[in-house]
Amino acid sequence: MRRIVIEPLTRVEGHGKVTLLQGKNRHIRQARLHITEFRGFEKFIQGRPYWELPVLVQRLCGICPVSHHLAAAKATDMIVGVSKLTPTAEKIRRLMHFGQTLQSHALHFFHLCSPDLLFGYDDAVRHRNIVGVIEDHPEIAKQGVLMRKYGQEIIRVTAGKRIHGTGAIPGGVNRSLSKQDIHYLQNDIGQMIDWAQGAVALIKQVFFEHYDYHLAFARIESSMMSLVRNDGAFELYHGGMRAKDHDGNTIFDHVDYRNYNDYIRESVKDWSYMKFPFISSLGEEDGWYRVGPLARVNNCDYFSTPLAEAERLEFMAIGKGVPVQSTMAYHWARLIELLHCTEAIADLLRDRQLLGKNLRIKGELQSHGTGVIEAPRGTLFHHSDIDEQGIVKKASLIVSTTNNNQAMNESIRKVANQYLDGHRLSEALLNQVEIAIRAYDPCLSCATHAIGKMPMKLSLENEHGEVIDQLQKNTSGQISRTL
Amino acid sequence: MGRLMNNLQPIESKAKDKLIVATAALCGCFGCHMSLLDIDERILQLVELVEFDRTPLTDIKTVGKCDIGLIEGGVANVDNVEVLREFRNNCDVLVAVGACAVNGGIPTMRNQFDLKDCLEEAYIHGIGVENPQVPNDVEIPLLLDKVHPIHEVVRVDYFLPGCPPGADTLWLFLTEVIAGNAVNFPYSLIHYD
Repeated sequence: MRRIVIEPLTRVEGHGKVTLLQGKNRHIRQARLHITEFRGFEKFIQGRPYWELPVLVQRLCGICPVSHHLAAAKATDMIVGVSKLTPTAEKIRRLMHFGQTLQSHALHFFHLCSPDLLFGYDDAVRHRNIVGVIEDHPEIAKQGVLMRKYGQEIIRVTAGKRIHGTGAIPGGVNRSLSKQDIHYLQNDIGQMIDWAQGAVALIKQVFFEHYDYHLAFARIESSMMSLVRNDGAFELYHGGMRAKDHDGNTIFDHVDYRNYNDYIRESVKDWSYMKFPFISSLGEEDGWYRVGPLARVNNCDYFSTPLAEAERLEFMAIGKGVPVQSTMAYHWARLIELLHCTEAIADLLRDRQLLGKNLRIKGELQSHGTGVIEAPRGTLFHHSDIDEQGIVKKASLIVSTTNNNQAMNESIRKVANQYLDGHRLSEALLNQVEIAIRAYDPCLSCATHAIGKMPMKLSLENEHGEVIDQLQKNTSGQISRTL
Repeated sequence: MGRLMNNLQPIESKAKDKLIVATAALCGCFGCHMSLLDIDERILQLVELVEFDRTPLTDIKTVGKCDIGLIEGGVANVDNVEVLREFRNNCDVLVAVGACAVNGGIPTMRNQFDLKDCLEEAYIHGIGVENPQVPNDVEIPLLLDKVHPIHEVVRVDYFLPGCPPGADTLWLFLTEVIAGNAVNFPYSLIHYD
């Protein structure tokens, strides 16, 4: 066994592990959310044929595999020299992606966040989970389970199976829908739209109930980045890159994502396996940004579906002319997207081209491919270089949550400075840090997603780098001081 | 490789209402846990049958005695080893769920390379990398040289293959084991793409 990193004294798997570094006058100068898992995809996909990428790379994440599947498929489209898919292929992929975003957002809201929202953050942790929701609010729990199911069923119909399917192939897709498939999916879509509207109403009610708290909590001023359609509309599957600064001024717009490397670079820090992307023109210090629902809803000019657009206008009004920077508004934005997905699915299911038989286009093999997509948690970048035999030589990935890396740390720092009292960590602080992280819906490979709650280990270091306090919370909500 | 899937021994009935199920995600993608959620509305039945408060992220210091432990993912770092041993010590029945737990899965593709090369590819030679360095902080767990299936570290009672095993496979397994029955999978539930 070769030792690459030093083994720490205490080790607890799966914890969101956070270190707070105090400067002089007890101010928290840095917060560090440590990402402790490494798998090495960039290396081991070298030597594999390019056509394996869509099914291989999606094994990065079982929570949103379709995003990786489609980003890799878009990169392989480019590799096989195809710049435009058949209408059927593109629509099947879009349908798959809407299904994916629907199920992922439903999972996050109903399974993970609704307990906090329904029971409050002070509720007993043994109760504050999806089982508690099932017991106390069976109707809401049922809606969440069935909305996720509906999204998963769309994936199954378009990709062959719910998790790690095979629908997208280089240059197209390997199946289209039958009339029976469409009827099956049309049966419930009206219900899904209704429930999505209900979810948006619920989050607004919660948000406005404690309006000032939700505006201020873990709030940071950041740039935002997302894809937008060429007319500026909200877009998840394909578009140009748009970034705005915290005042809403354009940093870049309609950038061809194939050149993303000219705009985004990634810094490495020695305390986390997750890199720190930044907008290169602004530099590492100021160039960090946020992605995901908050960025997408802020950045787009409009939604192409009426219910989501009406909700967007109401959402943007709280920003009073500048982007909404409230971290807790992520939840709200996420559910506006959920509503948009249901509307967009209903529209797509009326499109006869889903039944088409022209599924795939072939072209000339190219030396590299780039695929970028808006995954549920934000912009996802895939890039591969291949040799003349079609074997991958070099690969690069920036996964959605990585884009939010610095933003999550900044939000934690904000919360810590607000709630830290002297040299001692408190249960309240630990809870607030957890809530701040959860707002970003981080898909950490150490899996902060769970059927239950995220355990936390929080350390406080003084200006000399000495750990002066440490709290740990397990999933039963018991908190222990471990120092 | 432990007992065969279709040769299950029923769990002794306990003097309590619900069996306790614990789950852990080691080096995997969480897809097996998602597949468990794919039982959809049957989750409402499942919470009647089992106590589910010990989650994938249970603090190992508090893992109590459990009836069934479900392990997703292979073993890639010292954390994984520790959690896996803790589960083995505390679970009457330990189940390897999915390709990564059963045989290491996709993450074992790094085994053909030197670990140093894998780290350097990501953090030093990667496209667009600034401040190239291999993360090396005390808070980051020690990586193992190779990724292992879980039966190379602990004794495993049952193996449920698939990437991921389907929801119906997981459902049949859990309900039969909970009922104390032997499990016989129809071909459709152990057929993979």
